[in-house]
Amino acid sequence: MKHTPLYQAHIDAGGKMVDFGGWEMPLNYGSQIEEHHQVRNDVGMFDVSHMTTVDFKGVEAKKFLQILIANDVDKLKTEGKALYSCMLNEAGGVVDDLIVYYHDDENYRMVINAGTTEKDIAWINSQAENFDVSVEPKLDLAMIAVQGPNARAKVFEAMPGVEDVCGELKPFNAASLGSLFIARTGYTGEDGFEIMLPEKSAEFTWKMLMEVGVKPCGLGARDTLRLEAGMSLYGSEMNDEVSPLEAALTWTVDLSDEDRRFVGRDALEALKSKGTNNTIVGLVLEGKGVIRDHQKVVTNLGKGEVTSGTFSPTMGKAIALASVPKGSEGLCEIEMRKSNVSAKIVKPPFVRNGKVLV
Amino acid sequence: MSEVRDDRQYTETHEWILDNGDGTYTMGISDHAQALLGDMVYVELPSVGDEASAEDEFCVVESVKAASGVYAPADLEVVEANEALDDEPELVNSSCYDNGWLVKFKSDSLDGLMDASAYAETLD
Repeated sequence: MKHTPLYQAHIDAGGKMVDFGGWEMPLNYGSQIEEHHQVRNDVGMFDVSHMTTVDFKGVEAKKFLQILIANDVDKLKTEGKALYSCMLNEAGGVVDDLIVYYHDDENYRMVINAGTTEKDIAWINSQAENFDVSVEPKLDLAMIAVQGPNARAKVFEAMPGVEDVCGELKPFNAASLGSLFIARTGYTGEDGFEIMLPEKSAEFTWKMLMEVGVKPCGLGARDTLRLEAGMSLYGSEMNDEVSPLEAALTWTVDLSDEDRRFVGRDALEALKSKGTNNTIVGLVLEGKGVIRDHQKVVTNLGKGEVTSGTFSPTMGKAIALASVPKGSEGLCEIEMRKSNVSAKIVKPPFVRNGKVLV
Repeated sequence: MSEVRDDRQYTETHEWILDNGDGTYTMGISDHAQALLGDMVYVELPSVGDEASAEDEFCVVESVKAASGVYAPADLEVVEANEALDDEPELVNSSCYDNGWLVKFKSDSLDGLMDASAYAETLD
């Protein structure tokens, strides 16, 4: 199995290691619920070095990204600005979801999912053939996400010089400091940074953060945090066969420039004029129990399925994201282990910045 | 290493059974089982007077990660259920052999359980 540069640090911290798409990663370091609360109430950090950074360089870098992804990088005008987008196949299905960062029109940086890296790189290279752009996966970068209401202050305390460069950094923007690339982004619904850094600096930086009281958190808490924040997970809410229009990600698709014929656009336009049947909604369980992935759902408009189900530590209730007929509202029934249980249909997010919103 | 207590017996499905010496038994899940399941968020218990046949799934423990059935080790009748778990399911994690017990039952056909050392061997 593959290991990140922080593997030994996880073992030393008592991490319970699991196979995560071929990577041996910490699920938790004892209690994933405590780690969840730690991030909501204070600060925690995640090793996300298994995710992949890809740099795009060349005179046609902008032109290429404008056809590669469904959101329009023309929105990016200032150095360090970030954009969330899906990358589509010809049929309008999602190859991956990603964040792209702007340096200048000839230099961009993209972060893609770990489990889809090989597929993504092959896809990107196949699309790049006729463009003057070089596609450069940076496999020697580690990534640490420090998240929570006190995340920024703790990063400034632990890492000298970062406050000078990132003190005024706005959400969804990034800055460089030497070999560090620091983005005010995350996957938890809390403030914080995602820090890309050379492999060899990872363990030292992790320890410096621990010394100022930033607690390591595992993939278990990462999943409950992102689900409370209503954020999609590739492979659950979307995949190669689901379009962003059916995954509540229409806001990430930019059709405004008629001349920008990005991959999958024709299929999306056809789907749009035909009308989509399903969308992603939030569910809050009324009774006891925990909603699980793939459980069947029946709404006022018909059948659906849970795409991500879990227990929300912040709300003390089971919550889920589910694919259901568009326009479903009110209560629905979830087929649980032994019986049907009612759940309320809500609009995600469930929790943001420590506050329950549903 | 997970804890195995010498004063009780175990099943292959990671339940423990303690003989109370008065014809009743107390039952819970082992340290190994609770560690595997992770943070417990919901425990579904039977009612007092419920009967279960050997190998019936008669309780459910649900963690953030997964739901897991708890199986009757013999034909039995429930005499008490641990109501504290309604509000504090995490007792199953923090005190699986004491305050995190699941049910007390009576049975006259309890047989074929493992002692602590035999159970510990299955965990190696």
